[in-house]
Amino acid sequence: MIVEIGHYALVLAFVLSLVQSVVPVYGALKADNRLMATAAPVSGMLFLLVGLSFAALTAAYLSSDFSVVNVFENSHSAKPLVYKISGVWGNHEGSMLLWVLILVFFGSLVAAFGRNIPDVLKAATLGVQAWITAAFLAFILATSNPFLRLLPAPAEGQDLNPILQDLGLAIHPPLLYLGYVGFSITFAFAVAALILGRLDAAWARWVRPWALLAWLFLTLGISMGSYWAYYELGWGGWWFWDPVENASFMPWLAGTALLHSALVMEKRSALKIWTVLLAILTFSLSLLGTFLVRSGVLTSVHAFATDPARGVFILAILCVFIGGSLALYAWRAPALKQGGIFAPVSREGALVLNNLLLTAACVAVFVGTLYPLALEALANDKISVGPPFFNLTFGPIMVPLLMVVPFGQFLAWKRGDLLAVAQRLWAAFAVAIGAVLVVAWSQGVEHVLAALGIGLAFWVIAGSLSEILSRARFRDVGLATGIRRLAGLPRSAWGTVLGHAGLGVSVLGIVAATAFQTEAIRTLKPGETMTISGYDLTFRGIAPRRGPNYVEDVAHLEVRHGGTLVSELDPAKRVYPARQQPTTESAIATYGFSQLYLSVGEVRNDGGVDMRAYYKPLVTLIWLGTLVMAAGGVVSLSDRRLRVGAPKSGRAQPVPAE
Amino acid sequence: MALRRILTIVVSTLFLATAAHAVQPDEVLDDPALEGRARAISAELRCMVCQNQSIDDSDAPLARDLRVLVRERLVAGDSDAEVMDYLVARYGEFVLLKPRFGLHTLILWAGAPMALIGGAIAAYIAWRRRQGEGSVAEKPAPLTADEKAELERLLKDG
Repeated sequence: MIVEIGHYALVLAFVLSLVQSVVPVYGALKADNRLMATAAPVSGMLFLLVGLSFAALTAAYLSSDFSVVNVFENSHSAKPLVYKISGVWGNHEGSMLLWVLILVFFGSLVAAFGRNIPDVLKAATLGVQAWITAAFLAFILATSNPFLRLLPAPAEGQDLNPILQDLGLAIHPPLLYLGYVGFSITFAFAVAALILGRLDAAWARWVRPWALLAWLFLTLGISMGSYWAYYELGWGGWWFWDPVENASFMPWLAGTALLHSALVMEKRSALKIWTVLLAILTFSLSLLGTFLVRSGVLTSVHAFATDPARGVFILAILCVFIGGSLALYAWRAPALKQGGIFAPVSREGALVLNNLLLTAACVAVFVGTLYPLALEALANDKISVGPPFFNLTFGPIMVPLLMVVPFGQFLAWKRGDLLAVAQRLWAAFAVAIGAVLVVAWSQGVEHVLAALGIGLAFWVIAGSLSEILSRARFRDVGLATGIRRLAGLPRSAWGTVLGHAGLGVSVLGIVAATAFQTEAIRTLKPGETMTISGYDLTFRGIAPRRGPNYVEDVAHLEVRHGGTLVSELDPAKRVYPARQQPTTESAIATYGFSQLYLSVGEVRNDGGVDMRAYYKPLVTLIWLGTLVMAAGGVVSLSDRRLRVGAPKSGRAQPVPAE
Repeated sequence: MALRRILTIVVSTLFLATAAHAVQPDEVLDDPALEGRARAISAELRCMVCQNQSIDDSDAPLARDLRVLVRERLVAGDSDAEVMDYLVARYGEFVLLKPRFGLHTLILWAGAPMALIGGAIAAYIAWRRRQGEGSVAEKPAPLTADEKAELERLLKDG
């Protein structure tokens, strides 16, 4: 019964989304307040209905109702509770339902908190977003219905793909979708502005918090996925340039460009046409990512959907939305008036350069991901595009981007003075050069590239910090006033610093873990010891163990550093009987920011076990850096200027006592 | 032909699904320099039965065979390029994770650089055009006779 209610709610939501697609947009065009006023409550209703539908599916999973095909195929009564819940979106149908849930969630957020957005723009935006909702609800109901029944009901389910039974992967899809789908709002804003023919600096101001919110979740989602791949896939890599990863990385690159260009539009009323195009492209890339992952056009570790009917349906949605929005853009954008002018050397100029490099980087990822598919489809020629290609094309675009980041922060709007900025950056430059020299001296000249990379990371970190310190003017005003000045800076200034410094921290982790990783591969018998980067790993034996829905062989090792026991590691090899699928459970010990990573391989007849150990210096900085970046997003979002739903401002806020 | 070979490999791996483990201890060459070259080459070669994995990372038996083959060729005295050529001749270009530059990969390799150059040119043109409009619109009106006299007076007093 609950399942049928969920199904019914989904159909109702589809019909309501059709109403929402027409009524508020028509109202906005005819300036009819009554029609426009329907947008907000209907958005809330859509969220309730899809939420009810999602809750019904979750209930089916929790009660292990195997009469539902979806539950039977992806769950098991012995599965731990948390994976029963995450199993809801660990499959194609459920994850599409989550996709739409987040879509309507964002719509209702705009309805609830977008109080300062003009009614016309708000109504049109919610209407445009409902087009997407309607398309994807139709997709779910027609090709991917999670509520179909199975009679007679089987006694036991087929279990969730064991590689997905992991806490990291339980939270990864919701975070990623909050990012991906969040950009639907900026897309809807852009299309609404094009339809209404009005686009001013205020538009950027209304759009920026939503772009920031989506970006922030996407950053966390990608980072989470990367850390999951790192510890779960068992070979210690953290980014594989896998098409599915690229699918989420492209909207991130475009979304990052969008954040920056919207800033120019908000402050200087320039780059309007470009910003609108970026808003369209970012969500188009999100749709493309959904197509790549959900259609089964690629088959990779992440892709668990393979059904051509679905592929064609999503491809049709993709073509209609991307083609339609770009056609609308080509038709309406030339009529938009451009705003303020600026010299090439200026904050605007730096942000244009940022956009240029980010877009080119996005093109590199785009071509590398889609070209092999296109070549195979059109010329029946199979080529592989893997990490060596991306390192060669994406990498060189990132280097100049990182070099100009600190300059961008210091340059003035309209016309900047490059020499003056360079003078203010001398301390950061000294830090960077110092880092290069220290690394080159301690690690040897053959690591000169790595040394330069680490220098670049320090340059970005020190450069962004020195901007905020220079704003405090400690030398002129003294320590106490300086700190007060720092505290009084707008939150968005802190957001910028954190965002950029976080990027530097990630780069530091990437360079260090890539260049200075050490590896040891040995077959150990119980009692034997292997050494890696000063750590002695003694193998104490391997024993079977039984988990709730798996069996595993757990190896036990003691790690000694300079003779003292520092940690014990228990890497394992697991088999999930329901699917007869083995997984590798690596064991990781963290020392400072560095990690010792160990996984076990084959057990030999003579009792020896293959061991693969890595020492990865500073590797955790890769993900800590993304957390800092995301924190920058949160801080920036809390800025009064952008705060979602903040009153129109101007009134001085009392400062809370600390 | 190539497809059939790949199919054969896929089918054979399905039946030989013993969990091996990336580079195994018994594969490692005694000469660290040679082993280093073997690892670098392995990272550029695709495990053709896997999803987007290099033979250096893969657990598949085929990847192991290729790793052993790479090492055999290196021990026999092949240069890195010769090993690559040998594998491409045997398995086709599909084995390379970094496709060779050629007519069929022109768009692939030129895509990002062209986007960068094209974008820079477009930005320059847009900026020049805006600059032209701006200079017309914002050109200050010339001083009137009264203003000139006032300026003279101020400068003299200065």
